[in-house]
Amino acid sequence: METQTKTKTQAKKVKPTAVRISGAEAVIKCLLEEEINLIYGYPGGAIMPIYDELYKYQDQLNHVLTRHEQGATHAAQGFARVTGKTGVVFATSGPGATNLVTGIADAQIDSTPMVCITGQVSSHLLGTDAFQETDIVSISTPVTKWNYQVTKASEIPEVLAKAFYIANSGRPGPVLIDITKDAQFGEIDFHYKKCKNIRSYFPVPKVDLEQVKDAAELINSAKKPFIIMGQGVILGNAENELKDLISKTGIPTASTALGLSGLETNHPLFVGMVGMHGHYAPNLKTNECDVLIAIGMRFDDRVTGDLNRYAKQAKVIHFEIDPAEIDKNVKTNVAVLGDVKETLKAIIPLIKKASHKKWHQEFKDLYDIEFMEVIKDQLNPKKEGLTMGEVLEGINKETNGEAVIVSDVGQHQMFACRYAKFNTTRSKITSGGLGTMGFALPAAIGAKMGAPQREVIAIIGDGGYQMTIQELGTIFQTKVPVKIVVLNNSFLGMVRQWQELFFDKRYASTEMVNPNFVKIAEGYDIEAQRVDKREDLQAAIQKMIACKESYFLEVIIEKEGNIFPMIPTGASVSEVRLK
Amino acid sequence: MEKQLITVCIYTENFVGLLNRVTTIFTKRHVNIESITASKSEIENVHRYTIVVKESPSLIEKIVRQIEKQIDVIGAFYHLEDQTVFQEIALYKMDIENVYEAKFKEIISSHHARIVEIEKNFVVVEKTGTKADTDALYNELKPFGLMQFVRSGRVAITKQRMNISEILLNNRK
Ligand SMILES: Cc1ncc(C[n+]2csc(CCOP(=O)(O)OP(=O)(O)O)c2C)c(N)n1
Ligand SMILES: [Mg+2]
Repeated sequence: METQTKTKTQAKKVKPTAVRISGAEAVIKCLLEEEINLIYGYPGGAIMPIYDELYKYQDQLNHVLTRHEQGATHAAQGFARVTGKTGVVFATSGPGATNLVTGIADAQIDSTPMVCITGQVSSHLLGTDAFQETDIVSISTPVTKWNYQVTKASEIPEVLAKAFYIANSGRPGPVLIDITKDAQFGEIDFHYKKCKNIRSYFPVPKVDLEQVKDAAELINSAKKPFIIMGQGVILGNAENELKDLISKTGIPTASTALGLSGLETNHPLFVGMVGMHGHYAPNLKTNECDVLIAIGMRFDDRVTGDLNRYAKQAKVIHFEIDPAEIDKNVKTNVAVLGDVKETLKAIIPLIKKASHKKWHQEFKDLYDIEFMEVIKDQLNPKKEGLTMGEVLEGINKETNGEAVIVSDVGQHQMFACRYAKFNTTRSKITSGGLGTMGFALPAAIGAKMGAPQREVIAIIGDGGYQMTIQELGTIFQTKVPVKIVVLNNSFLGMVRQWQELFFDKRYASTEMVNPNFVKIAEGYDIEAQRVDKREDLQAAIQKMIACKESYFLEVIIEKEGNIFPMIPTGASVSEVRLK
Repeated sequence: MEKQLITVCIYTENFVGLLNRVTTIFTKRHVNIESITASKSEIENVHRYTIVVKESPSLIEKIVRQIEKQIDVIGAFYHLEDQTVFQEIALYKMDIENVYEAKFKEIISSHHARIVEIEKNFVVVEKTGTKADTDALYNELKPFGLMQFVRSGRVAITKQRMNISEILLNNRK
């Protein structure tokens, strides 16, 4: 009572800051407060009040109607990965919400900031198996950084403020907010306060200078130091700090798949990618270095191979923002917790100038072996069939490493990681941790919308393309000029390769009989071309890059090509095979 | 490392669904939860889960970090057997017929148990102690017509100081 009279008397003197609006409108206003102007989504019964508000605010908020909710999540991820901003997704309850799960899981494991807002049945129906009721909060719990079900309109501003803060602070990740229909209809006095602190949440550990000193000492005394950088460097905007560190020390630096483009490919100290299909030298040298410096990476099993035989000889330094990653897979000697930009800034003055020419030369020598055994035949094949490597190299020639390369999952993904060249950061977008086929086409849409001035090229297999091919409809409707390259080997190539190598060539359900992809693209009014001869390849790529609109290029690839080098599962990085 | 009984103490916000979020972190790694209790804690508006597992400390350390990382978890800790004072409560529903035997009374008093309810057909005995204590009483009461038995999860107090209030204070910028 007391507070009520107070506001009443105040209202006479000053303009009230609160306005009475519906929960649904509050959702839109929250997005505007967070400077969101792009949403990917798909409507349905339980989220209709929010869509109705969206209609009123369409001059301020662009909603992109994808053709499937999974497409919306990947598009939001592509947008987030290329901009560093939070991707936003709307979906209805039930099947709309469950269709988000793959993309949410992908964003969780690849640390991508995303806020998903789902409609839910009215609160009095919760738990009754109502029409299109799914318990999406329980379903999404293990794959979200945070989630919450809103049942009262009054909760909306605070909960959404929290959602945006959590999604894009510390180690980023996906947040799902489920809003019941009655909460969307309910009325509230709207005022918004950005969330800056949650008492139980510690997004960035404080830098401990002792840890920094210990790490510096190890680096200064190292004879054969080796850096592996991950996506953390990109997420932490620490690309320049990393460059300063390696320029000062001359330490050979490799990247994980997700760290690619954080350091330009032609940097003299860049020695390639680590992991299952990474480069020969960095994999072998992992087991020869004396100090292994991991920066913003998490020792995924696709990077380490057999942990019992991984870098056992080395002292390990781990620069990391997430304390749960320390010692999770690889025991560290020195953990340097904190924002990687800060910790690298702190360590550089303590590092002695050095050069490790001889040690670096050993990497180059191994690269030469890899070049002769693997790369040369990819770039200048003597066989008739086209290789994935030569397509990527052809793209490099036309783009000069300036394009954003979005790849799907499979052999073509690993070729894209290994052969594409990058000059600028946030240029390699792929589904790393989850390995989600179908990621690339919608992610490329999001990436192009996030970076419209850049060339965005999706590299997709014939298998994965057909998992989200319906997003051609989104391209058709929005006219977003993405370039689509399908590397068609008529196989689920990566699985086929394993069948060839480890299952005596028993090709169980991996051969694909494919439709006429060019006709399909043309059906969506996308200019399209199919290439199956080497002599036509470069001109086709040129034509694609020159095109100002979206473009579809299908390249027929040799059917049974393999991606090498390879570390078979369970093997050590030392056992990386060249054939 | 050897598997052993470990008490995991988790200080949390009191939100719907959080317990589910925490338990999936154990189940993901195939760790079976021996017992679980949730209650308020010494700090206002802070809840506390006490979870007992049989596992190696090195694995639990990783799990505890993954729990602590959850947004609504304020702090998570694990303790070996000698680092906590812990108790469980057991209730035994006994058939009234044998209750008046001298031996029955003797058992109750030697175990420092007590009768908390007397009804027409049964009595309810309560015993607080360690699992070994309540098991011992179980074995002795069994022949006297044990109609129902139930035991709570462990509740534990750590010997070491807990700095939850400091954690909360320090996080207020
Ligand atoms: C959704 C999903 N289903 C299954 C897989 C397993 N898988 C990994 S790679 C791959 C083959 C991909 O084939 P394609 O898209 O043609 O690419 P290619 O390997 O031939 O380049 C499959 C089936 C996966 N990663 N994702
Ligand atoms: Mg294929």
